[in-house]
Amino acid sequence: MATFDFLLQGLLVAAQPTNLLYALIGVTLGTAVGVLPGIGPALTVALLLPVTYRLDPGGSLIMFAGIYYGGMYGGSTTSILLNTPGESSSIVTALEGNKMARAGRGGPALATAAIGSFVAGLIATLALAFIAPYIVKLALVFGPREYFALMVLAFVTVSSAFGDSTLRGLTSLFVGLTLACIGIDQLTGQARLSFGVPDLLDGIEVTTLAVAMFAIGETLYIAAQGDRGPDKVEAVKGSVWMNAADWARSWKPWLRGTVIGFPIGAMPAGGAEIGTFLSYAAEKRLTKHPEEFGNGAIEGVAGPEAANNASAAGTLVPLLTLGLPTTATAAIMLAGFQQYGLQPGPLLFATNPQLVWGLIASLLIANFMLLVLNLPLIGLWVKLLTIPKPWLYAGILLFATLGTIGANPSVFELGMLLAFGLLGYVMRVFGYPIAPVVVGLILGPLAEQQLRRALSISQGDFTVLFTSPIAAVLLVIAALALIVPLILRARGRGQVLAQLAASED
Amino acid sequence: MKHFFLASILAGALALPAYAADYTIIAPANPGGGWDQTARSLQTVMQQEGISGNVQVQNVPGAGGTIGLAQFASQQKGNPNALLVGGYVMVGAILTNNSPVTLKDVTPIARLTGEYEAIVVPAASEIKSMADLVAALKKDPGAVSWAGGSAGGTDHIAVGLIAKAAGVDPTKINYIAYSGGGEALAAILGSQVTAGISGYGEFESQVKAGTLRLLAVSSAERLPGIDAPTLKESGVDVVVENWRMVAAAPGLTDEQKAAVSADIEKLAKSAGWQEVLKTKGWQDTYLAGDAFNEQLAKDVSATETVLKDIGLVK
Repeated sequence: MATFDFLLQGLLVAAQPTNLLYALIGVTLGTAVGVLPGIGPALTVALLLPVTYRLDPGGSLIMFAGIYYGGMYGGSTTSILLNTPGESSSIVTALEGNKMARAGRGGPALATAAIGSFVAGLIATLALAFIAPYIVKLALVFGPREYFALMVLAFVTVSSAFGDSTLRGLTSLFVGLTLACIGIDQLTGQARLSFGVPDLLDGIEVTTLAVAMFAIGETLYIAAQGDRGPDKVEAVKGSVWMNAADWARSWKPWLRGTVIGFPIGAMPAGGAEIGTFLSYAAEKRLTKHPEEFGNGAIEGVAGPEAANNASAAGTLVPLLTLGLPTTATAAIMLAGFQQYGLQPGPLLFATNPQLVWGLIASLLIANFMLLVLNLPLIGLWVKLLTIPKPWLYAGILLFATLGTIGANPSVFELGMLLAFGLLGYVMRVFGYPIAPVVVGLILGPLAEQQLRRALSISQGDFTVLFTSPIAAVLLVIAALALIVPLILRARGRGQVLAQLAASED
Repeated sequence: MKHFFLASILAGALALPAYAADYTIIAPANPGGGWDQTARSLQTVMQQEGISGNVQVQNVPGAGGTIGLAQFASQQKGNPNALLVGGYVMVGAILTNNSPVTLKDVTPIARLTGEYEAIVVPAASEIKSMADLVAALKKDPGAVSWAGGSAGGTDHIAVGLIAKAAGVDPTKINYIAYSGGGEALAAILGSQVTAGISGYGEFESQVKAGTLRLLAVSSAERLPGIDAPTLKESGVDVVVENWRMVAAAPGLTDEQKAAVSADIEKLAKSAGWQEVLKTKGWQDTYLAGDAFNEQLAKDVSATETVLKDIGLVK
């Protein structure tokens, strides 16, 4: 049990008062920047890097890890309360979380997000400590064709989140896929759909689109309704805390979200969003309350929130074991390591065990601090909803704009925010779902690139897509996910008919 | 609410341009990349060495740095306190993106750092040397897949040059572009591709751990502490260096230009900067004045030729 000894030693390192202070600063800052759309943990760590130059390596890395975890958590707060996802991995949280908040259940939504994040963070951090070397082997087996199969699975399962009308859902999805084509094609370096505008060469920023569609679009929609809209949003109905039923409905999604999020986060081309999509789709399939999905189902908050925190820990697997940063924040943490002459990679566990285990232990402590910091704040947060509507929406508008400008000080970006906000408004008016647009923008380029890479490596041989065992299994699951509901629906209709017939006599 | 308030203040602080800065450095890329790291290292050392009391870094990401370049050229005109970080990747991006603003529209001051390319294969690969790889390339260029950074970037250009030097049609190369060295590294380690090419730093820890085999480096001479031949020694007459530079705004007077150049020279010679080069694994390639301008012109025309050869620039 050498691992366990190392972890205990690490906890001793992390529990030193100064390191606890760094962890506290980290999670507080992280939560703050996570709340803001646009300003992500990556920029915060980059800004702090020169400041921490004189600190000891352990302390500053512990602080960075706190920012990272805090950012993952903070994004959920604005998603739930304001329908403004602070980070792309909390987009899914907005779907159910904001509906819950409007129904006066913002407290339980925030609580299940906080506790789910804690549970997922705890399990995933322990997994990072004990099974990182195995997970990384699994992640390396994933080549372009396996990723492509995973994307196909994601597309198929996520399509269940498309609302009631398949046609409208697909229309929205294709809007997203078209937007995804804008910019320099990564594989050939050629510009597509950029119409000679240099600002479009890098494509559309996911957070800009998400904030525009969700927050700006919604604000315009509410404003356009004027006095005809529903009079008052009930801020708090029932308890601010989770009741027994909430707990019973949350614990399984937390665990499932963790199991989905962690390995996907560990994959070099995975990314936290995919885990949240898959978790949401899984919860929608497995729930006993399907009618609540789309109207504020607690499972739809618990699962994705657990998944995004688990994938945050997953991201550290390739960083620590391979020296491979898979997110912008991880890249800057790598720079932080290098600042102290440490080279993360296969040798880091052997050459600097004290630091690595100190970091892992401090992640556990940061995770605990986040819970302590955030649970008491829930009561305060939900009071945001009692702000009179015109003020609240004006605030959201200001907040969304500020975040976008903070991330990229460009007039063009702001113009896009407003243009997509208008698009979001029009889509709401005509009853088209918003989420598939964002899903298309995220998944589209990943699927396209991986497919083309796979075919390029095989020199155009399509069979390569099915000959890898992992890819084949994923594609079969995708096919089942597509066909089984159709069969069930057909049989279900039969049962309903039979019941109707039975009740007649 | 306290947090909300705090967050708003933080947003305001980050969004407002600093007004008390002696130097403002534009990093035309997102936080985390090479240009961002260069800009932030400049910031740290300039303040440490007392070259400038207050230095701000601003990220203007996009399109291989050409967005930042265009914004810098138009907004900072005549401002002696503004600096732009750039490099070889920008030279390629200006050509492939057909950027209306080029390096001629700013005032290049000096080349600061450089990183050489490394060609690697997975440890389990049958390819043991650069000669093996060249032989495979000659046999069937399409069957040799190369993983590297973005299309048209330094890695891609280097593969084009290698093919050309080996007498293989550069348009036939099977280059698989990844968003960066990291993602490419996973593909190489997983034996998804034949070979990998990127800055040596991206592969260093894997080479030391024995999971990747280093075939060659793209420098003119062997590099100290790196046990691999140069491409030239392996019979491929190619030297590529991914250099990074700093430029000042257009429209400066000769005195202003001389003042900036003096500050940058002081920086490049300082102990603090040498320390940064060592910890980051960057080569010191400081070159300024007319010598740098000549080299820059040479690099631009050579890059244009190879990008036309690969078929990325018409």
